[in-house]
Amino acid sequence: MTEKIGVYVCHCGTNIAGTVDVAEVRDWAEKRLKGRGVVVARDYKFMCSSLGQELIEKDIKENELTRVVVAACSPHLHEQTFRTACKRGGLNPYLCELVSIREQVSWVHTDQEAATDKAKAVLSGGVERVQHHEPLEPLRVPIHPATLVVGGGIAGIQTALEIADAGKHVYLVERDPSIGGHMAQFDKTFPTLDCSACILTPKMVSAGTHPNITLLTWSEVEKVDGYVGNFVVTIRKKARCVNTELCTGCGICQEKCPKKVIDEIYEAGLGYRKAVYTPFPQAVPKYPVIDKPNCTYFLKGTCKACEKFCPTSAIDFNQEDELITVEVGNIVLATGYDLFDPRRIPHYGYGRLANVFTSLEFERLTNAAGPTNGSIVLRDGKTTPKAVGIVHCVGSRDRNYNNYCSAICCMQSLKFAHLVKERTGATVYNFYIDMRTAAKAYDEFYQRVLEEGTLFVRGRVAEVTDAARLPSEEGKLIIQVEDTLAGKQRRIPVDMVILSAGLQPRFDAKATAKLFGISCSADSWFIEKHPKLDPVATMTEGVFIAGCCAGPKDIPNSVAQGAAAAARVLAHIDEGEIMLEPVRATVIAEKCSGCRICNNLCPFNAILFHEDRMVSEVNAALCQGCGTCVAACPAGAITGTGFSNEQILSQIEGLLMLNIANGRRPVEIAEAVMA
Amino acid sequence: MTHYLFYPGCSMESSAKAYYDSLMAVCKPLGLDLQEINDWNCCGATEYVSISLTPAYALIGRNLALAEQQANGSRTVVAPCSACYLNLAKADYYMRERPVLGEKVNTALAAGGLHYDPGSLVIRHLLDVIINDIGLDKVKEKVTRPLTGLRLAPYLGCMAPRPDYDHRWSNPEYPTELDRLLKVLGAEVIDFPLKTHCCGGHMTQIAPSTAFELIRRLVHAADQYHADLMVTLCPMCQMNVDAFQGEMNNHFHTDYHMPILFFTQLIGLAFGIDPKELGFGKELVSAGPALARIGVEAPAGEKGGEPPRKPKKTDGLPMPRMMEEERLP
Repeated sequence: MTEKIGVYVCHCGTNIAGTVDVAEVRDWAEKRLKGRGVVVARDYKFMCSSLGQELIEKDIKENELTRVVVAACSPHLHEQTFRTACKRGGLNPYLCELVSIREQVSWVHTDQEAATDKAKAVLSGGVERVQHHEPLEPLRVPIHPATLVVGGGIAGIQTALEIADAGKHVYLVERDPSIGGHMAQFDKTFPTLDCSACILTPKMVSAGTHPNITLLTWSEVEKVDGYVGNFVVTIRKKARCVNTELCTGCGICQEKCPKKVIDEIYEAGLGYRKAVYTPFPQAVPKYPVIDKPNCTYFLKGTCKACEKFCPTSAIDFNQEDELITVEVGNIVLATGYDLFDPRRIPHYGYGRLANVFTSLEFERLTNAAGPTNGSIVLRDGKTTPKAVGIVHCVGSRDRNYNNYCSAICCMQSLKFAHLVKERTGATVYNFYIDMRTAAKAYDEFYQRVLEEGTLFVRGRVAEVTDAARLPSEEGKLIIQVEDTLAGKQRRIPVDMVILSAGLQPRFDAKATAKLFGISCSADSWFIEKHPKLDPVATMTEGVFIAGCCAGPKDIPNSVAQGAAAAARVLAHIDEGEIMLEPVRATVIAEKCSGCRICNNLCPFNAILFHEDRMVSEVNAALCQGCGTCVAACPAGAITGTGFSNEQILSQIEGLLMLNIANGRRPVEIAEAVMA
Repeated sequence: MTHYLFYPGCSMESSAKAYYDSLMAVCKPLGLDLQEINDWNCCGATEYVSISLTPAYALIGRNLALAEQQANGSRTVVAPCSACYLNLAKADYYMRERPVLGEKVNTALAAGGLHYDPGSLVIRHLLDVIINDIGLDKVKEKVTRPLTGLRLAPYLGCMAPRPDYDHRWSNPEYPTELDRLLKVLGAEVIDFPLKTHCCGGHMTQIAPSTAFELIRRLVHAADQYHADLMVTLCPMCQMNVDAFQGEMNNHFHTDYHMPILFFTQLIGLAFGIDPKELGFGKELVSAGPALARIGVEAPAGEKGGEPPRKPKKTDGLPMPRMMEEERLP
């Protein structure tokens, strides 16, 4: 045994020492693992403290350690800490191994003796493994200073502006004809009730005119190649059929277009637009698009009214989709959300009963630029409701649909209640399960709405029906609900029902995640690197997420995330290059049969195939070291740095052969800890 | 022909004879081959499960065990009655979910030399089979006399769609299967808001005024929508709305005449089968006037929604009947 190994057993206060006899483990390692190269073994109350780390540094220097094994918590938490301690002591940081005797031993077992034996086994595995570690150097890759932001809602706009203001270039890609996102559809924002357009449009204009922002609306990302620092992104610019060099945005084409279409996106199906259109007056950019599937010219070959009347001859029916390629160093996804479709809850009547509205429809109703110029009326377009019911948690907190809370619905419903009250004087009922108004000035707004006389009924609505039981219910919508505070069933007749529908991931979120090589939760929300401590990064280096694509959020949170993502990107750019973990897979070309099984399995699209030589190769910068390909390769042609067969097998051997003290076989220990 | 095991249930032999007759009449054109489970017994209806769980499940389990024995090619049991369907599905589900219950039931069954492996059969409602196995296209092909001009209120009641143990319905709160089927027959189908509401079940026996209110809601809503007929798939619902409509009218001083038929009767009608074979005329609130509107001459209901007459009390003692019953083989 040529290696000199130092072993450190952490008490973690009582977290480990409460269940595992750490002194015993230390003594055992000192005596029994001597023959396996252990020259020093210590236990300490908190290995992660500066004093604990200094122990390691000192031993490396004084005892000339060549390997270090720390038995403590999960590598997720402190691997970096101990690697850095080794580095300070003059040892290559990758010659350190952290084995978990907390998450995998003390926290999950109660039998002290058995847990102590298991801790020994785990430690023994680490000692065997560490001997096969090799000194590694982190990979360094340069960072391209441009950034791609996908999604032009408020989160994406904020990200783009922050980065552009710092002097770096941004490509802002938006699928719709204009940026603005859902926020552009709203009339007022809670809790301050300031006008949504008034606070959003200045930002939209800045994004549209900023010298550092290339705005690509009516465009979608088609392909992403490369890796952090060096992404090559292919973007499809869909044919606008409007020459933006010539167009002045005068709007005559929209005026003259004879084809009226229901606007399912911006007007939420409640209003109309033309076949050539800008979705709303403040749209950025100002250039309209021609909606080919609905345009009379594309359907029948005649019309061309827009072309005839355009004063600058900007209409170009022959325009075709254009593919452009951009190089960027970082990507921020801010792709937003879709509204839950309340048609999935037929007993709430949406789509069956005329005067049941979704929350987005109601936003358009109240919007001064909306189909009714802001007057709150029934579906007939003229009758002002005398009683309005607002149903919370539609499609949220419901195990039939989505288990999660959509976070914004309570405040949004309070805002609706206030607006209805203010503009119509109608009686307003809110049907809620719990009121969740936990942010700055939110609960004060709730108090205000309470004082305005809105009625609150606590209980999930059972159904919305037009089947009247009593003469007083004739012609009304009746809300059947269990009032859980009064312990009563109630039937409340109203004229209008607003369903506060929950937020859902975009319908194509899974495909988007795959395109950018990040992961989705079972619900399809994008997964952050750490839900608390790293909320805007993803497991894929150089790809960040912001806003509702990672889960339901209100405007302040979306903006904060957009800015946070920008800060992370700017830090990368500022550094100029990025260090990557050297834990990577490599293909041994001589052994590779070219079967390509690994190509499709790689979740990070890191494996490319050389057609000429018929071998696969791992792109080290793209590889995240997950090991999927290593396990899958039928020829055993792929090895993982830090996870070589030698390392894994010797760790298993260490666990099993166990150098274990009282002669208990591994099976017996397993039985004891399971009991 | 598609083969199924068939559990008719008690009511098909008595109160829902029209359902049975019409089902038998449409089997052939639909290509349904129903093989009746030999020696089946009552499913316990809605009462037994709430009184004593294990015996109730054993009662149902016996039918499942018999069906499993008889399973030959098909492992699907079809029940036309909502209560039967729900009970069979419920027993199968809970025997699967709670192995202890499964063991208890099987211990009971073992006394009769029977055994049931939970999950080995597929329990389905007749409507589900017609919609999803036979398909609306096939039904449409066979329509020779479309029900054009008839306004129908599709009424499923609560037991067929809920609880939806194995996700068989489009939406257990608001299923559209019956609506779609009736549309294919050419009828005008209203979006009946109370389609899955309770008919009162056996409350007619325990607390009639409660049941009357529930029946009133159904009939009133169908009437408000100007439905000619209500159409159901449940013998219990049919009986409550039909047989108790007169008493309900007396109770509320109303005068509704809302006929209610089984969906198989309407399928048969649309297929051009003689109404006599389809059990028309057995309903108490006559569907005759409604059907006459589309030129169908159906045997009229005889009692026209009158409350059933109570037998007159006579003097004297009742006849002894025990001996006679004992003499029966």
